[in-house]
Amino acid sequence: MNEIVLLLAAAIASGTPLVLAGLGLLVNEKAGVVNLGAEGMMLIAAVAGFATAFGTGSEMLALGAGALAGATAAAVFGLLVIGLNANQYAAGLALSLFGGGFSAFVGIGYVGRKLGDPAASLTGSIGHWLADLPVIGPLLFGQHPIVWLSLALTAAVAWLLYRTRAGLVLRAIGESPESAHALGYPVRLIRFAAVVTGGALCGVAGACLSVVYAPMWVEGLVAGRGWIALALTTFATWRPGRVLLGAWLFGGVTLLQFHLQAQGVAIASQLLAMLPYLATIVVLALISRNPAWIRANMPASLGRPFHAD
Amino acid sequence: MSEPTAARPGSPTPRLQLEGITRHYPGVKANDGIDLHVAAGEIHAVLGENGAGKSTLMKIIHGSVRPDAGTVRWDGEPVQLASPAMAQALGISMVYQHFSLFETLSVAENVWLGLPRGETLASVARRIEAMGASYDLAVDPGSPVHALSVGERQRVEIIRALLGAPRLLILDEPTSVLAPQAIDGLFATLRRLAAEGCSILYVSHKLDEIRALCDRCTVLRAGRVTGEVVPARETPASLSQLMIGTEPPPLTRTNVAPGQVALSVHALSMQGETVHGTPLEQVSLQVRTGEILGIAGVSGNGQQALLAALSGERTVDRTGDRAAIRLFDHPVGRLGPRERRRLGLHFVPEERLGRGAVPALGLDRNTLLTRDEGVGRGGCLRPDAMRALAQRLIERFGVRAEGPASAARSLSGGNLQKFIVGREIDAAPRVLVVAQPTWGVDVGAAALIRAELLALRERGAALLVVSEDLDELLTLCDRLQVIARGRLSPSLPIADASPARIGEWMSGLWPQAVMADAAAGAVPAAR
Amino acid sequence: MMRVTLLPRFEPRGRPSAAMSIASPLIALLLTALLAAALFVALGKDPWRGLSVFFIEPLSGWRPASEVLLKATPLALCALGLSLCYRSNIWNVGAEGQFLLGAIAAGGMALWIGGPQGALGSLAAGDGMFAALAGRPLQLPLVLLAGVAGGAAWAAITALLRDRCNANEILVSLMLVYVAQQLLGYLVFGPWKDPAGFNFPQTPTFAASTWLPPLMAGTRLHWGFVLALLAVPLFWFVLFRSWRGFQLDVSGQAPAAARYAGFSARRALWTALLISGGMAGLAGAMEVAGPLRQLTPHVSTGYGFTAIIVVFVGRLHPVGILLAAILLSMMLIGGEYAQSRLGLPGALTGVFQGSMLFMLLACDTLIHSRVRWRHARPVSS
Repeated sequence: MNEIVLLLAAAIASGTPLVLAGLGLLVNEKAGVVNLGAEGMMLIAAVAGFATAFGTGSEMLALGAGALAGATAAAVFGLLVIGLNANQYAAGLALSLFGGGFSAFVGIGYVGRKLGDPAASLTGSIGHWLADLPVIGPLLFGQHPIVWLSLALTAAVAWLLYRTRAGLVLRAIGESPESAHALGYPVRLIRFAAVVTGGALCGVAGACLSVVYAPMWVEGLVAGRGWIALALTTFATWRPGRVLLGAWLFGGVTLLQFHLQAQGVAIASQLLAMLPYLATIVVLALISRNPAWIRANMPASLGRPFHAD
Repeated sequence: MSEPTAARPGSPTPRLQLEGITRHYPGVKANDGIDLHVAAGEIHAVLGENGAGKSTLMKIIHGSVRPDAGTVRWDGEPVQLASPAMAQALGISMVYQHFSLFETLSVAENVWLGLPRGETLASVARRIEAMGASYDLAVDPGSPVHALSVGERQRVEIIRALLGAPRLLILDEPTSVLAPQAIDGLFATLRRLAAEGCSILYVSHKLDEIRALCDRCTVLRAGRVTGEVVPARETPASLSQLMIGTEPPPLTRTNVAPGQVALSVHALSMQGETVHGTPLEQVSLQVRTGEILGIAGVSGNGQQALLAALSGERTVDRTGDRAAIRLFDHPVGRLGPRERRRLGLHFVPEERLGRGAVPALGLDRNTLLTRDEGVGRGGCLRPDAMRALAQRLIERFGVRAEGPASAARSLSGGNLQKFIVGREIDAAPRVLVVAQPTWGVDVGAAALIRAELLALRERGAALLVVSEDLDELLTLCDRLQVIARGRLSPSLPIADASPARIGEWMSGLWPQAVMADAAAGAVPAAR
Repeated sequence: MMRVTLLPRFEPRGRPSAAMSIASPLIALLLTALLAAALFVALGKDPWRGLSVFFIEPLSGWRPASEVLLKATPLALCALGLSLCYRSNIWNVGAEGQFLLGAIAAGGMALWIGGPQGALGSLAAGDGMFAALAGRPLQLPLVLLAGVAGGAAWAAITALLRDRCNANEILVSLMLVYVAQQLLGYLVFGPWKDPAGFNFPQTPTFAASTWLPPLMAGTRLHWGFVLALLAVPLFWFVLFRSWRGFQLDVSGQAPAAARYAGFSARRALWTALLISGGMAGLAGAMEVAGPLRQLTPHVSTGYGFTAIIVVFVGRLHPVGILLAAILLSMMLIGGEYAQSRLGLPGALTGVFQGSMLFMLLACDTLIHSRVRWRHARPVSS
């Protein structure tokens, strides 16, 4: 029993970067923009976050630096895709390839370094006694505050998209940028804002990986989580609440491999390491089989550039 | 007949005044020194054929396109219309020809998005109902737009425009999506608005509508103003003269006795083209050699699904009857476009760029979409053969293009349509299905295309023409059927097809008794 | 009233500029070189020396040049295949995985039919009948064919899931890269590990009969380069002179037109993915049968990803792709030189490659629009 609770708590912790990145990409895609550069943005942010944490010892600053790095990278992507009408897929791939090289280049000095005492970080700020409660203690109160942030963000994104006029405008642009333009909405500006916001969230996710979850830096630390987060928006059929559940599910699958290894299961570690990727493929195939699910919520202009006359 | 363009002494300041508006596009001068005055409470027509520059001018007035030169005055003051938002702030609203509604959002949400901030969704919904009641524009604020008919969507657009309390309302070809009897309702609403002081710019190429509705009329031809007139004092001929210069010669048609049944559809049902598209229900029709069958109807009533089913772009699925569609003696329900073409059925789609032709490819390569002349043995392409074919089509159908290698998108709409229609006619089809043969095409090209279709009929081919332009169907066809909500009416000989009767049928109200005749495959009355 | 605009205005051209389409990669290259120079200065290095390491030294002399061509070979092969996909608007981004599966399949075949050299192990199973069947001259073709089949099979998974389940091919093909990497790791750490290899994660060296012979004595450049050269006109023919290639092109540019013409979208999907998977697999096979002669976890240095850049820089045109492959290969070699001669991290290559693709996409705007630096004339009043 206790072990299951701990496992669930660990799944939530491991899924949290995916929640953050998935929400960011959801905001992008609701405005009609696909950013295949998620992996690259997360890598750049992971290095920026780690370097900041290493230099200042502050997790808050590190997450902020990650957000800034992610937003900057996304802004470059946005300039290409929205300002210059470049192909979204090509520009996203460019960002992912660039992010891989850039993070490896910048991060070379941080490989193998350790961050300061985690006790000095945010983890201690919430009362430890709450964490001792049975079941919900480890599930909720034993978690790093970033988990709380991810929950709050999920609710905020859901509220914004479906309960506010700003969210309606965003969804309207995602469905038909031409119509939104005709109604007088600054389509390019709003799309750009959505892209930068999405980048910032991917950035927090990247920094969360290198500063809170790992915590360390190695080349390619993100290990495909950016791509999994992209797949998450499809799994979730573009609903914020389902992004959260999907992310935790994948957090659990990622964790399962370590757990099985620790249990001494006689399966080669490399085969277990395939699990999250295989699971992504399988779930993607299952969800995509039903066109009604996909089309009901998919922004109609997804991936299509918008040309103001 | 046109007056000097300066503001007339003694008359009140016009609400909208354009002077010398000019706008270039690469290779075209869409607007060339256009002057236009609209007084308060006036219904002012902008008349011109396709490509005359009406749409560009309206986009300039609505702020989505900026002129290269010229002045816009609003209540006498010069203004810069840099964006639709600025135009809206002045009180300029537009109802689009192709709607700018969001399919997945509700009516109220759509209207809300078009209004300035500061109002709740609930209060917008109440105002929609109130507006609907007072102007006879009833529509449910809560229903999603994709569930509405085309006419209802137009109502939503008009309500959205009216709730912004506009001082100038622009309507771009508003009747192209309406059944004839719905047009009277629209006109009543517009007259009432004008009486309340709202100026209306009514863009159209339909002479009788303009004569019935509008106070004054500015006529455009090839981007220039050719006259400003009071339409009630003009004849259709004099307006037409201003609009197109010289009238093309009238079509001549000879009587051809219809022969054997070439294309027949029996009780075909099929899902809609898209998630929100109209499905086909128990559709039956027959076309004989040497005749043209017209399919009339308001757009969005299942035309897309019917055309895709006839062309083979969509096939009857495994549960359906493959003999539901027959081409002469062959059941073709499960054959694709290429197989059907081999059996003699060719198709001209409505969308020219992206469906009928690949925009970036040359005309020579575009012949390969439906013609095999350019394919040699072993699947090698024969550039010379493609070029020769394209050159032949250019010459035979008077396509104005630089040469066979010109990219499809470099041609004007009319010339590309001549090329595509020509490509299919030149293949000597036994059956030709044509969607919107002259949609968005200038008068000269339209006359040529119609003449070619009639000539093909005289050579003994069977033709099926789907069009939203009733006048066109009445001049071309031997028989008509009407499509409404995915169902097809019985066949009506053209002599019995009055616009009033067709209009009634367009809303799905046709007598059931005749229906049984059509299902039994009754031979149409000889003309 | 003048408005202040921060950005230059882009005005659409009447027709795309053919000259700009060729000039764009060159401008992008120039901008990347400028960026590189700035970066060298920032790192306290002589910018001329730095640029020369990347863009001149790899071509100075026959030996370094042969290395450039050696690395250009897999890049060109992968990119040629990918160009077919991208022209059909099928976004296969998993060439890296298809490359690895080609390497694995070819390596497996080589170990099986060639028999192990040196220490025998559990791998000796193929030493019997099949090896005898596959006479020595046939061994190399079998190894290469296995590579093609491996790559194509890996791509077929993507095609199948897209065809049957409508699963996004970008995500599926990319996830399969990670799976392929783990699979390779599993094999060389596990069942295929050389028993006499001091526990290093590597297979035994393949039998010499399965090697791809060098093109020229004293270099590692092998006959695969000639094959890549031959593939260029072949792909040119397929893309621009064949009925099948035309169908792929139309399904990519205008899917509705392809449907109207009756070209099968499914066939386009399968054709493009199988060919590009096969090409990547062939590249992987030649890498292990050529310079490596054994499987290690580091069979690929990201060839499949770099090939994506090659496709775009090469304008999706076979000749352009060959030139771009050589250019990107120079940057790979330059990265190695920068490490050994200037003491800079090898990851610099990745930075330059990524930047180059960014610059290229930005420059491509000029193909469809021209820049107006002055603000458009305001509406005179």
